Amino acid sequence: MASQAPSRRARVGVLAVQGAVQAHLRAIREVGAEPVEVRLPRDLAGLDALILPGGESTTMRKLIDAYGLREPMLALASAGAPLLGTCAGMILLAERIAEGDSPVLPLLDVEVRRNAYGRQLDSFEAEVSMPAIGVEPLHGIFIRAPVVSRVGPRAEVLAVDADGQPIAVRQGKVLATAFHPELTEDRRLHRLLIEMVGTAVGHRA
Amino acid sequence: MTTIETSTWTTKVGLARMLSGGVIMDVVTADQARIAQEAGAVAVMALERVPTDIRKFVGVARMSDPKLIEEIKAAVSIPVMAKCRIGHFVEAQILEALEVDYIDESEVLTPADEEHHIDKHEFRVPFVCGCRDLGEALRRIGEGAALIRTKGEAGTGNIVEAVRHMRAVQKGIRQLHALRPDELFAAAKELRAPIDVVQRTAELDELPVPNFSAGGVATPADAALMRQLGAQAVFVGSGIFKSESPERYAQAIVKATTHYDNPEILAEVSAGLGEPMRGLELGEIPVEERLAVRGW
Repeated sequence: MASQAPSRRARVGVLAVQGAVQAHLRAIREVGAEPVEVRLPRDLAGLDALILPGGESTTMRKLIDAYGLREPMLALASAGAPLLGTCAGMILLAERIAEGDSPVLPLLDVEVRRNAYGRQLDSFEAEVSMPAIGVEPLHGIFIRAPVVSRVGPRAEVLAVDADGQPIAVRQGKVLATAFHPELTEDRRLHRLLIEMVGTAVGHRA
Repeated sequence: MTTIETSTWTTKVGLARMLSGGVIMDVVTADQARIAQEAGAVAVMALERVPTDIRKFVGVARMSDPKLIEEIKAAVSIPVMAKCRIGHFVEAQILEALEVDYIDESEVLTPADEEHHIDKHEFRVPFVCGCRDLGEALRRIGEGAALIRTKGEAGTGNIVEAVRHMRAVQKGIRQLHALRPDELFAAAKELRAPIDVVQRTAELDELPVPNFSAGGVATPADAALMRQLGAQAVFVGSGIFKSESPERYAQAIVKATTHYDNPEILAEVSAGLGEPMRGLELGEIPVEERLAVRGW
């Protein structure tokens, strides 16, 4: 019986303590998965994947710690659930943050620099080439965006900006971008996240 | 990577989306800005006086001193907003030259033009504007506002006007969404708003830009109330630094804005906070001294 049952939809959480949560929820629905807003540890139960959205990383960090989300999110990652961080989400996933901030979920062997392109006046849109998801470039929306200032040996660079600075990285099942795929109609990164759920070992049992 | 353009409409609205679920706090010094950031604010509004003090101040309320804005910018890493007078496009040019992250064309300051708002499409910095109803929101979006805030009566610590105007906007959107496409032209005439913005709003069943709440928020429960009524984030002015313990009020309002639909957490963060700012009954304010009615 069990082998004939249709596979259930992947449940994908979006950290919803602050930030551009709605656009990710919509993207998750559009790739056929079930979105779940995560504000408290109990919301993480039974998730197959987790997205850390854009927003203010300083605010998100405080709300993560105030409600004890750090340990259970790390446990979810170590159980094999794939993670995607966009913009502030990339900062939350970095092992090192330039200018002294302590890391939050140190899962990526990189150093990131916050607001690396300047203030809001310097926010921009650009075509980003990312062979890992296909030949067609992605439309990147960069809003007060960070960059990866150093890449350690365990992380893989997926895309770079015009100056060669990394703007998308992957390490195992953890993906991060400096830009906002959720603000476009391109769903390739969200699909990639769901595909990684399919290969997760042991977590969905 | 080929850069297409900076300061696009998408990046302007995008920054507002990044602020969703957060609290934007009025600050009058660099120290207050640091306290706000430490408490979890997503952005600060750099001002010379909070609205409560503007009410007591006799004379014309104008854009803040650029020196103060620079000090606040230097003090924090979160976005910094600043206010210009309605229609005062030169104050806006100055704020753009100062590279603030958002400009609030605000009724809290004394209006500079009683007919025209600023043509906000002409600027690279995004703008937020206030509204009392759907027509006012859509006129501001038509002029280029990338973020709307429904107006409360600023500096009163009284949420009643914020609730009235949020309900008016939400009801207006529901009514618009129910219309046939051929009925939207007459609706645009009635709303005194551009037809393309009216059509887009009817189709989306929400404003084409985020909608926050501003004015009158004094407690964590007020912030959660505005979120439950549909505000994606809240601006808090006098409510924090005119309360008995600003740090605790700031942290509590941040938590209440995130956990707006969780009464247990709202009870916990509301407990033992000390005195909120002293409120003002709307009846105590002569009609000609009400700020929310400014804007055309």
